[in-house]
Amino acid sequence: MTGKLLSIRGLTKAYPGVVANSDVSFDIEPGEVHALLGENGAGKSTLVKMIYGLVKPDSGHMVLQGREYTPAEPQAARAAGVAMVFQHFSLFDALNVAENVALGMANPPKTSELAAKITDVSEQYGLPLDPWKIVGDLSAGERQRVEIIRCLLQDPKLLIMDEPTSVLTPQEVEILFATLRKLKAEGTSILYISHKLEEIRALCDEATILRLGKKVGTCVPRDTSAAQMAELMVGSELHRPERAATVPGAVRLALRGLSVTSPGQFGTSLKDISLEVRAGEVLGLAGVAGNGQDELLAALAGEILAKPGMVVLDGAEIGAKGPGARRKMGLLTAPEERLGHAAAPNMSLTENALLTGAEREALMQNGFLKWGKAKSFAEAIIKRFDVRTPGPETAARALSGGNLQKFVIGREVMQRPDVLVVNQPTWGVDASAAAVIRQALLDLAVGGAAIVVISQDLDELMEVADNFAALNEGRLSEIRPAKGLSMEEIGLMMGGAHGLEVAHA
Amino acid sequence: MDLSAINPILLLASLMVAATAVMIAALGELIVERAGVLNLGVEGMMITGAIIGFAAAVHSGSPAVGFVAAAVGGAGLSLLFALLTQVALANQVASGLALTLFGLGLSSLIGQGYVGIKPPVIPKLNIPLLSDIPVLGPILFRHDMVVYFGILLVVLVWLFLKYTRAGLVLRAVGENHEAAHALGYKVVRIRVLAIMFGGACAGVGGAYVSLVRVPQWTEGMTAGVGWIALALVVFASWKPWRVLLGAYLFGGVTVLQLNLQAAGIAIPVEYLSMSPYLITIIVLVIMSNRRSASPASLGKTFHAAQ
Repeated sequence: MTGKLLSIRGLTKAYPGVVANSDVSFDIEPGEVHALLGENGAGKSTLVKMIYGLVKPDSGHMVLQGREYTPAEPQAARAAGVAMVFQHFSLFDALNVAENVALGMANPPKTSELAAKITDVSEQYGLPLDPWKIVGDLSAGERQRVEIIRCLLQDPKLLIMDEPTSVLTPQEVEILFATLRKLKAEGTSILYISHKLEEIRALCDEATILRLGKKVGTCVPRDTSAAQMAELMVGSELHRPERAATVPGAVRLALRGLSVTSPGQFGTSLKDISLEVRAGEVLGLAGVAGNGQDELLAALAGEILAKPGMVVLDGAEIGAKGPGARRKMGLLTAPEERLGHAAAPNMSLTENALLTGAEREALMQNGFLKWGKAKSFAEAIIKRFDVRTPGPETAARALSGGNLQKFVIGREVMQRPDVLVVNQPTWGVDASAAAVIRQALLDLAVGGAAIVVISQDLDELMEVADNFAALNEGRLSEIRPAKGLSMEEIGLMMGGAHGLEVAHA
Repeated sequence: MDLSAINPILLLASLMVAATAVMIAALGELIVERAGVLNLGVEGMMITGAIIGFAAAVHSGSPAVGFVAAAVGGAGLSLLFALLTQVALANQVASGLALTLFGLGLSSLIGQGYVGIKPPVIPKLNIPLLSDIPVLGPILFRHDMVVYFGILLVVLVWLFLKYTRAGLVLRAVGENHEAAHALGYKVVRIRVLAIMFGGACAGVGGAYVSLVRVPQWTEGMTAGVGWIALALVVFASWKPWRVLLGAYLFGGVTVLQLNLQAAGIAIPVEYLSMSPYLITIIVLVIMSNRRSASPASLGKTFHAAQ
């Protein structure tokens, strides 16, 4: 076993009803960047939680540097030299950077010493960070730096990164990769989880591919094409969404100088946003999370009210109208947060279908609900979007994230909207289902609807959008045709690398 | 009406006494809420502490034993709340309200045989030299131990939250319990300890009412002070020094209106009686105009998934 940093042998973990990991084995060498690839639900997260001591395996064992490794809790894993950067950051908004870092350490030094150390390490690795700033005020990229520095201060031998680039601009990804390569050169191993294949090809030495909890193969990413890896992940060939060419029609939705204040303490207010979307057009809006996406969707849906003339639908000023009135007029929306925003967790799918579909689908008469019709509407959504569920009486919370996403998007698409606004339409959805959702959006556009897709997945936007713009700190960049845009141009539209201009000056 | 009968020195001195019960209870609740738990049972724990402390002091003849018993009783009752909300994952608001109702009933049951009895007296600390200073002496330095304990507790809670690692972990748990769990902190254990501390403080606050403020046992004698303590925590934006300020304001208006009643002022007694509650809340609402400094996980049930 000499030479190996971490050996994993036959790890198995089952939850009631699902086997998250079944007999997974692989090795990580010192100084290696090892990729863990797989669809959502393939068991990547459970696997790394076992390595980090958050979840106990049912069977199998691990060997770290020649010694049996059975971390009972994250503290033990950290003491053994394993650190982890989480996908959804494990940060505390109301505390400052130094306090957040201290919470991740076993024996933190005094705050002032720690702050000096943070400044040191952050400069050494090219990740500028002010230790006294409140984390709630930081951008997503800066928040990730906090997590990384928290890990680096413990001199880890193995750094686990769970989908680290999903919230970064292309420039920030470059900076992250430079940091990771530097760590690798110093002998630190990295376990890198992602489903972005090009990134893995650029960074990783070795990849282990999981599907439905089982290891289905390994490859050397540099020598394997992205298409080959995708096939290994999905197990079949992918269908690419396609669209018939359309000529843009009349303007259906227009924003004129939309400015609204965010209702949340750490939210982003929208500043002077103007745009037009024509019939048959798909407008893609990129942006790092927390730059006003949620607020824009709320302002379009009517959850946040604006001045009447700021939102115009088919020539009618609707800025001051609420969600119900807008739905009736044909402006439908699907927010990002599935449970609690797009769907009521404890209500059945039929009830959830009623919630937004009552008026347009005539599921209601004189204030009384037509349950039979609602049920067949829900069944139609389930059928067309291949929602995997026992039936329309199932509670929304019982569905997996991807399946519920298919349902909430399908619910809006099936109501034949004139204008549809979606936020993160394929977030957490596996590749084949994502293709179905994107195809449905494109079909709507061909049918004469105007579509606004807000997403952090640039590949998705490039696939569906005719025109492209980015949100940055509540402002909208100029709108440009999506065809021919380079990654670098997109990155600049998204605001470049936050805070770096300052550091270089 | 004779306002000159009101002695300002005496007024300020009794202000400190009147503020102590609500202050200690509020500090306990502050720690509980900073850990992300909303315990609406403060009133119930206070009244239970009041009767247990009263009974223990009467039987032992020692007020100190009474206060310790009250702390244990309050903590014991809060353990029930901890069991419901942290282990059985019951709703915190409902459990807290139930705890208040339960505490009120339990205390009247225990208190049956104690109506009309006088508890042992707590000696006032006449701090030598300091208590002889004119004006300041009688206001600040001629009180019982518990008054000073309350002020010390403000300092300790402040130091704990600001400068200790345990305090940082506690705040982290209240701020984002998922993240704290992911970092390996024992969310439930920390919360149960915080809840017990809150219970003990409420118990001591209650015992202060029955042993010093009044001093006798009457059913429902805490008279909503527990609710004021709860309001105090929120309007003090979860900061210990503001709790001290709010408590003194509440105590001040309480003794002032009593004095005004005694002086026969031409305002109906009902208005005077409601004034401490009203004024405290109005002032604190104005002070806490900055929205939502509340711990982000406050009142949310934590369930360690997977």
